[in-house]
Amino acid sequence: MSTTPSRREVLRRIGLTALAAGPGAGLLSACATSRSAGPVAASPAAPTSAANPLGVDAARPLEVVIFSGGNGDGYATDLHEALYSKAYPKAKINHVPTQKVGTQLRPRFISGDAPDVVNNSGPEALDLQSLVAEGHLADLTPLFEAPSLADPAKKVRDTLVGGVYENSLIDGVPRVLQYTVAHRALWYNAKLFDKRGWQVPRTWAEFNALGEEAKKAGIALFAYPGQVGPFYQLWNLVYSAAKIGGNKVIIDIDNLADGAWQAEPVRQAVAAWAQVQRDFGDKAYFGLDHTQTQVRHLKDEVLFYPCGSWLENEMAKDRPESFEYAIAPVPSITAADAMPYEAIMVGVSEAFFVAAKGANPQGGLEYLRMMLSREGARGYTEMTKNLTVVNGVVDGLELTSAVRSAAKAQEAAGTDIITDIRFEGWYKELFDHGQVQTNSVMSGRITPEEFCANMQKKADALKADSAIAKQSRSV
Amino acid sequence: MRRHGFVAGFLLLPVALYLVFVISPYAQAFQIALTDWRGVSANLNFVGLDNFERMFGDDTFWQAVRNHAVLLVTLPVLTIALGLAFAYLLSDSAGTPGARVYRVIFFLPQVLAVAVVGVLFKAVYRPDASGVINGGLARLGIEPVGWLTDQNLALWSIIAVMVWQAVGFYVVLFSAGMAAIPREVFEAAALDGAGRLRTFFSITLPLVWDTVQVAWVYLGIAAFDAFALVNVLSMEQGGPDGATSVLATEIYKNAFGYSRFGYASALGVALFFLTLTFAALTMRVTRREKVVY
Repeated sequence: MSTTPSRREVLRRIGLTALAAGPGAGLLSACATSRSAGPVAASPAAPTSAANPLGVDAARPLEVVIFSGGNGDGYATDLHEALYSKAYPKAKINHVPTQKVGTQLRPRFISGDAPDVVNNSGPEALDLQSLVAEGHLADLTPLFEAPSLADPAKKVRDTLVGGVYENSLIDGVPRVLQYTVAHRALWYNAKLFDKRGWQVPRTWAEFNALGEEAKKAGIALFAYPGQVGPFYQLWNLVYSAAKIGGNKVIIDIDNLADGAWQAEPVRQAVAAWAQVQRDFGDKAYFGLDHTQTQVRHLKDEVLFYPCGSWLENEMAKDRPESFEYAIAPVPSITAADAMPYEAIMVGVSEAFFVAAKGANPQGGLEYLRMMLSREGARGYTEMTKNLTVVNGVVDGLELTSAVRSAAKAQEAAGTDIITDIRFEGWYKELFDHGQVQTNSVMSGRITPEEFCANMQKKADALKADSAIAKQSRSV
Repeated sequence: MRRHGFVAGFLLLPVALYLVFVISPYAQAFQIALTDWRGVSANLNFVGLDNFERMFGDDTFWQAVRNHAVLLVTLPVLTIALGLAFAYLLSDSAGTPGARVYRVIFFLPQVLAVAVVGVLFKAVYRPDASGVINGGLARLGIEPVGWLTDQNLALWSIIAVMVWQAVGFYVVLFSAGMAAIPREVFEAAALDGAGRLRTFFSITLPLVWDTVQVAWVYLGIAAFDAFALVNVLSMEQGGPDGATSVLATEIYKNAFGYSRFGYASALGVALFFLTLTFAALTMRVTRREKVVY
């Protein structure tokens, strides 16, 4: 508000009008829902040029909200924001680190005071569907079409690993940039395998045989954290199903296709993992969280742990010298699997978006372009040990053994890449329901058939619910 | 008239604060419950009673209500029974040495924040040999028990924590009630040859009945909450398979997880009426002639 508020407005703000006007009308105006955001005029762009393809106003301030979780927020303050300040020294940057993205930003979106760039991660990430429905997310097309800062001869879109653009689409329009690449499969201690002379199992029979060996040594073949993090196993179940039946299994699930969860590959995968849990697992892990489980993994009490390539960075402080993280694809479950043994899941994560109704959407897009520059992406990998979605910028960098092992596995997999699960972000209710069902089937309270039926029931209910915006994918 | 104005002047601010921070959110919850609000827009679409219709057809809702029913019976009964027993043992008429010290010790859990208690009991209930209870069992050669992962135990494990935390407060409350009973009454009973149990049931209990009644309402309302403990302790925030789910966790999941603020508000309205009905019923059922001494 530019003018000095009148006395009446001051009174209204502290809710006293309610008393003057009687209960009801005035009272409610003090609170969240009935305050009108009003149409926010789109901030006009500066003229574009070859040097400034997105039309950034060099003097306009930029607000950046970063989820300060496992990767911290130093990569933003020391690297990406520094890059922006260097290019636009007149623009003042307002850096906001938070652990509670949703709690902190929800009221700001309602009142029309959105920050420009948001790293929408963490346990309280905002629901993107509802933000899109209200027109809060900027169209990222200009960013993807702009010349890249990593390689000026190419568009930004052409410098990124496959799937990033497809993953950015909500209702067919690019709205969210996934910044990091992660490999997900089974993690094990390469040094332990060397010491014992064990081979990484390639088939389910070999997997079971190794389970017997490990049992003699007092090691559980496999464990996942049931208390916090049953989704690691939900991922694992669905990726295993895709290995049996091809990526179509996941695409059908994401599209809420009829009977997608009751497809035979899903049942086979769930049955196979439930059998491994029953024969070689330890029920204590159902009550442990991810950190407790990962510490036990580091103590060689668990052989294989389903997770992503951020694992080594996450456990850096606890990892003993005798432990070297390495990734193994899920062993082939049937002899007729659609994908070969080498297939692993390569996916993207760490969502960033630009607010459409913020004060500086052009600056927000430019900030993302700088994150995708050679300096921005390489520096991010250096600081957080995570690979970014920008191709070919990490040559010569010292990576963790986990990331190196994952890169090797990806090479071996070639084009046999298991696709990412999008219903996790599209239909969070289904994903949460899946976590409950995963714990249920893994601990033997329900059969694999019941698992499939329960998931299908929830998927069908969401499909029939008109309040939920539907998404679809073809690849 | 001038005096009324003076009183009103003092009441103005507290009443205004109460209206803004207590009454208006309630009123808003009723309003939002009739909409499909997703939490990030300034406009609400009125959808009538859709959210309530959905709620009554939702298994998760009924499961949470059933869990509340179990909590509603067990939490007050266990807490009041233990609280009365301890308070009686610590009362002057029982003459337990060091009664004051015990009263302080009993009260201690009450000063801990619920989240702290949750984290504490996470370690106590840990399902492997590193857990406090399971570590002890392991030394006796007993297989570790999944206190929070076994469907039949999870809710009871959480109730045990709630009772543990609440008992101290009610020991102090009942002690105060018992201290107010005139000593002559006990002496007269003793002269008539009443034993300890008889004294308790015929003298002490009837004379602290008012306090028990208040305790029952407090504990009943606590039984409708249980959010923090369930959130920290249980698997899947209400699991396994919804065995520990309560309305508050469902509200939280629907509002902040799935952006179904309208539906979450409908659950909140249901919770409001359940609590209100319970309080009214309790007051009615336990009402009786006041004993005057």
